[in-house]
Amino acid sequence: MPEMGDIGSRNGRPRIGVYVCHCGTNIAGTVDVRSLAAYAGGLPSVAVARDYKYVCSDPGQDLIRQDIRDHHLNRVVVASCSPLLHEPTFRRTLERAGLNPFLLQMVNIREHVSWVHTDKQQATRKAKDLVRAAVRRVSLHKLLEKKKVPVNPNVLVVGGGIAGIHAALTLANSGKHVYLVEREATIGGHMAKFDKTFPTLDCAACILTPKMTAVGSHPLITLWTLSEVARVEGYVGNYKVTIRRKPRYIIEDLCVGCQECVEACVYKEAKTPDEFNLGLSKRKPIYLPFPQAVPQKVVIDPQTCIQFKSGKCKKTCVEACGDRQAIDFNQKESMEEVEVGSIILATGFKTFDAARNAYYGYGRFSKVYTSLEVERLINAAGPTGGEVILRDGTRPKTVGIIHCVGSRDHNTNRWCSKVCCMYSLKLAHLIKERTGAEVYNFYIDMRTPGKGYEEFYDRLLDEGVHFVRGRVAEVSDWAAHPSEEGKLVIRAEDTLAGFVRRIPVDMVVLSVGLEPQADANEVRRLFNISCSSEGWFLERHPKLAPVSTFTDGVFIAGACQGPKDIPDAVAQAGAAAAEAMALIDLGSVELEPYTAFILEEDCSGCKTCLPLCPYHAIGFDETKKNAAINEVLCKGCGTCVAACPSGSIRQNFFEDEEVFEEIEGLLTYA
Amino acid sequence: MRYLYYPGCSLKGTGRAYEESLLAVFRALDVEVEELADWNCCGATTYMSVDELTSYALAGRNLALAERQQMDVIAPCAACYLVLSKTQRYIRDYPDIKLIVSRALAAIGLEYKDRVKVRHPLDVLYHDVGVKAVAARVKRPLKGLKVAPYYGCQIVRPYATFDDQRNPISMDRLLEACGASIVYYPLKTRCCGGSQKGTLPEVGLDLIRYLLVEAHKEHADVLATVCPLCQFNLDVFQEEATNRHEALPIPVLYFSQLMGLALGFGPKELGLQRCLVPLGPVLARKELAYA
Repeated sequence: MPEMGDIGSRNGRPRIGVYVCHCGTNIAGTVDVRSLAAYAGGLPSVAVARDYKYVCSDPGQDLIRQDIRDHHLNRVVVASCSPLLHEPTFRRTLERAGLNPFLLQMVNIREHVSWVHTDKQQATRKAKDLVRAAVRRVSLHKLLEKKKVPVNPNVLVVGGGIAGIHAALTLANSGKHVYLVEREATIGGHMAKFDKTFPTLDCAACILTPKMTAVGSHPLITLWTLSEVARVEGYVGNYKVTIRRKPRYIIEDLCVGCQECVEACVYKEAKTPDEFNLGLSKRKPIYLPFPQAVPQKVVIDPQTCIQFKSGKCKKTCVEACGDRQAIDFNQKESMEEVEVGSIILATGFKTFDAARNAYYGYGRFSKVYTSLEVERLINAAGPTGGEVILRDGTRPKTVGIIHCVGSRDHNTNRWCSKVCCMYSLKLAHLIKERTGAEVYNFYIDMRTPGKGYEEFYDRLLDEGVHFVRGRVAEVSDWAAHPSEEGKLVIRAEDTLAGFVRRIPVDMVVLSVGLEPQADANEVRRLFNISCSSEGWFLERHPKLAPVSTFTDGVFIAGACQGPKDIPDAVAQAGAAAAEAMALIDLGSVELEPYTAFILEEDCSGCKTCLPLCPYHAIGFDETKKNAAINEVLCKGCGTCVAACPSGSIRQNFFEDEEVFEEIEGLLTYA
Repeated sequence: MRYLYYPGCSLKGTGRAYEESLLAVFRALDVEVEELADWNCCGATTYMSVDELTSYALAGRNLALAERQQMDVIAPCAACYLVLSKTQRYIRDYPDIKLIVSRALAAIGLEYKDRVKVRHPLDVLYHDVGVKAVAARVKRPLKGLKVAPYYGCQIVRPYATFDDQRNPISMDRLLEACGASIVYYPLKTRCCGGSQKGTLPEVGLDLIRYLLVEAHKEHADVLATVCPLCQFNLDVFQEEATNRHEALPIPVLYFSQLMGLALGFGPKELGLQRCLVPLGPVLARKELAYA
């Protein structure tokens, strides 16, 4: 091993302190910490080496600070746990002792050694190798500075369901300006379609619409419906977002929501399936999505409006609107650009397409409904005024609810959608209450963890709803017995009774699961975040950073992160708003200095690196004919460093010398 | 269009009517077939349940023989089709089965390279020949004849990809091209009872009865099948299965017999005399000539 002075420390001759942590018995149980510290003490340039029960504790940190003063240390190696946990801790320790925090190197002898090995001797040997590598590397560390950039206090919230609404209101109520972007013509999302909410059975509209109205009238919320995010540029604290606003063909500022135009439309009868009622009723080409829509403005559907289709309409709607002149057939798509410091994604979910499970007959038998359709059917504002009247005009006397349709199924989606057991119970209760029908639930397992949830299940058992444990094999319309004539027959193995049942019913409800939005992958790319393999947005840490993403300043809330019910979605929305506020109140963010930089004299201007950068951080300086890296955008992934044919890109903290020295240290025979 | 033809034991025995009518239909539609030389048992039912590995080896030999001819092989019997397809899949998916089959084949100087396609006649007629070409050759449309299309459990599940697994339609379309009307038949892919009639007669008879009664309810004149065992069960045990319900003599034919009629062949050429429930009265009722 060469002398440390020979390989050129830039901060004078290195004087290194090495601290081996016992982590209670986590490390000391498998690694001989005493002999590891003694070994480290004998390495060149090491001025002091100690082992200590918990180095991260206050006395442990004091010990390092004391040594830095007493032994004039200028570099520190801590051999303990993963740097993800305590690197910030020890960097602060160095800083408080007056050393540059990047003169620290951590060695992970817990996750990489003691937790994964059993042989103490071998484990100790591996720990020695790792410590030796760190000692060699830290000698070459340079002084680095974190950069501070200011944070724009505005926030973009994408998606106007309950999560987006709650996040937007929380932020706006604390005085932050929020841009709320919603794809549909109204906010409200799935929750606006629900009848009652479990387990309290309070009406969904009664608790949601006050919040929707608050969003619509809040002076600090800019609400853009019929809009989508088209482009995202910038970085934490300073995002520039372009939003595509699709035409409503109604001038929002002029429309008062009187709906006289709807009344006057040349279509006397509504003919188009109403999206809000999932096609169970009809609407006109000009319509208000639903009575409590926010904004309370009508919208024109150019696909069905005669004026758009032929240009030859009497335009009775314009006549009805009169002097307000709110209808504008010439409205065009427009682009808005906003600057925000943070972004909250609350883009929600879609329900499983029940027709994919052909054996349940959805789309084939008119009396098979999805759970969302039933929400509309039993809603007082729904297509039947809240009465359970089937598509053929009859009322069901027996109803079968099939759980886990598109959930917990290796042929479709493997995950549990979490909300279906509870909403199936709710629907069972409501259907029984409205119709007096016999209701059968076919379930695999009843999953009712949550406050008041199990009690609700108990209540349903008392109410006389039937529960059959077994995944349904098929729904068919042929009768094996005269009693099945004219009915739909649900066939399932009753796994508690141990035989196959055929239960004839008048109505089948498919409890469809939750799926990521169809365009989740495009949205993920737009905001530069990750998805799980299923397509749910990935949180930074499943337990400790549940609403953060791997892109700083972009947070997630609600069912876009995974299936969840209203309370969970609202809790996440609050958490995401708090994270955004923390960022805003801090006023500025520190950027890690691990950025790449160009050695301009060596750069040939070949532009190899430009398209490789996932963060669009590399530009081209036309005057110098050099690549130029925007340090603020650079995330330090190292792709360009590896790709540069002339070796003219380097990366702070990961310079060739540092990495090679570490490798040599690792491979040197001890 | 040239294919290998793997008849299997049924088409030379109880299912002779299937072979006679199918080959006639192929002739009429310019589908050339050549019988696979030296074929052996496909390895179905009994082998499959008693000695699975032997069954794969038997099917493997047929596949290896077919592969040498470099043509797709048509297996009309549903059981043959299933076993050959299953063997291909298992050899692909399970290295240990592949090893055993390869060793068995090596002992007789054969090798299987997974390069042969196993096809069902419905697949060939629907995808390769096409509904339009069939319609163009029809001489005597089966006008007014209501057919319940019964595919059985074996040809579309679980390995075949040529048709929908729950609601197959290839036979529906082919028979419609021949002028027949297809009735709604929700039991299309339900079990015919298989060999249960021999082992658990009560169960077998129930399964047979469901299929017949449902076809009757939908006012079908005939049931069209694609499998010798289905045809046998529904035809032979018809009276026994339905005497507790109601009498409904309903002819059970191979789809190829119906197509053959439309393409102009006579009853003898199509082996109609081999079916127990006679088709004659139905055709007479519908005023359809067939002599």
